[in-house]
Amino acid sequence: MRSGSKRTRRFRPAQPLAIRLSHWANVPLLIIMAGSGLQILVAYPFLGPRGALYRWYPLQGKAPHDWMCIGGWLAGGRHWHFAFAWLLVANGLFYLTYLCASGEWRRRMFLPLRDAPGAVATFAYYLRIRKTPPPEDFYNGLQRLAYTAAIIFALVMVLSGLAIYKPVQLHWLTVPFGGYDGARAVHLMTLILLVGFAVAHLVLVALHPRTIADMIGGGLRE
Amino acid sequence: MNRIITRRNLLVGICAAGVLAGCDSSPTTAFLDGMEYWNERVQRALFSPRRLAPEPPLSELTPERDFPPYWISDSMPTAPPGWSLKVGGLVARPMVLSLAQLMSMPRTDLRVRHHCVEGWSAVAGWRGVRVSELARAAGLRPEVRYVEFRSFDSDYWSSWDLPSALHAQTILAYGMNGAMLRPDHGAPLRLYSAVKLGYKMVKYLTEVNFLDRKTGGYWEDQGYEWYAGV
Repeated sequence: MRSGSKRTRRFRPAQPLAIRLSHWANVPLLIIMAGSGLQILVAYPFLGPRGALYRWYPLQGKAPHDWMCIGGWLAGGRHWHFAFAWLLVANGLFYLTYLCASGEWRRRMFLPLRDAPGAVATFAYYLRIRKTPPPEDFYNGLQRLAYTAAIIFALVMVLSGLAIYKPVQLHWLTVPFGGYDGARAVHLMTLILLVGFAVAHLVLVALHPRTIADMIGGGLRE
Repeated sequence: MNRIITRRNLLVGICAAGVLAGCDSSPTTAFLDGMEYWNERVQRALFSPRRLAPEPPLSELTPERDFPPYWISDSMPTAPPGWSLKVGGLVARPMVLSLAQLMSMPRTDLRVRHHCVEGWSAVAGWRGVRVSELARAAGLRPEVRYVEFRSFDSDYWSSWDLPSALHAQTILAYGMNGAMLRPDHGAPLRLYSAVKLGYKMVKYLTEVNFLDRKTGGYWEDQGYEWYAGV
């Protein structure tokens, strides 16, 4: 039954169940984390140490609007944030474990030598500098770059979050961010980067509806 | 004395707290309260009595005009005439201490970062006597697990777990940035610590009680987390 086993391999879904589950769990989790995080930011919408606020931050004193916030007040926002943070981290660990164990990382992660030329070419194609899309296999180089960057943003987000949650007990974690206030700024920056990713992601999947069907049903191509 | 957190402890804790909270509230509240129970366990496990917060260099000292004063009364509380600190609860030697007596006890100087629940941080130097020194003088009974701090600022108060209160960087401060503590920062005596959020550090102190049970606090009773370690 050589052909049978061959068929099994060929019909590996584009989006395996574990990845679909993890992907869709991220939607409510990231919305809740962003909303409760912005609720916390409302309490002190400045970045930088007291008396030496960061000059580069353009939104000093500008609190997020109520409609962006979850939790109702500071204590509520903190409860939501510190409760759902565990679920987000658990989902992230589940995803990364699956990615490594299944070998899926090979066709999803950005490997500079393999993917950099394709990423540049795809970018040129999007900008209409190049007339035809470069050849792609499962993902093109730019997709791999974007998805890998999103994972890195999320990792930095979790680490900077832990640093401002426990700046004394986990003091070593605040050091690479330049201390507590630096970690707090990085934490907000990772939110902005992930929101930017999500916007681009939504536009591009809307232009390629089959990717949405694959992420729901799995898809039956190799 | 770190507690070991197992998955079973976590599940039991979340369910227990969830069931308790669920008696009169929504599933969301039950879930959030369950996670709060778990978070307190994690925070207690992360806390090490020997780990000291680093002392930032003098250059990071916050200008005093930028270190926010805070009280809950309508106007700035001032110490009643003949102010003294009562030390009581489950102790061998209950005490009433004047400021002069407190200042004659072994002195500790700290310069540590202040972390406010709102998200800001600031640095000041503080001088005072360790809570652990007070505990030694009063003689704790073995069943003591918690410490309650009370004030003359409209009864603002807070209660702490004993290990955080006995930490080497938890003091009853009477001095700030090389001068005597000013009334806008909690004179004559305030709690100061490197290991808790600001709202745990009661100003305008009147009483320290060593207890065997967990009580609440001004903000804690309104919904802010009780442990609030950093």
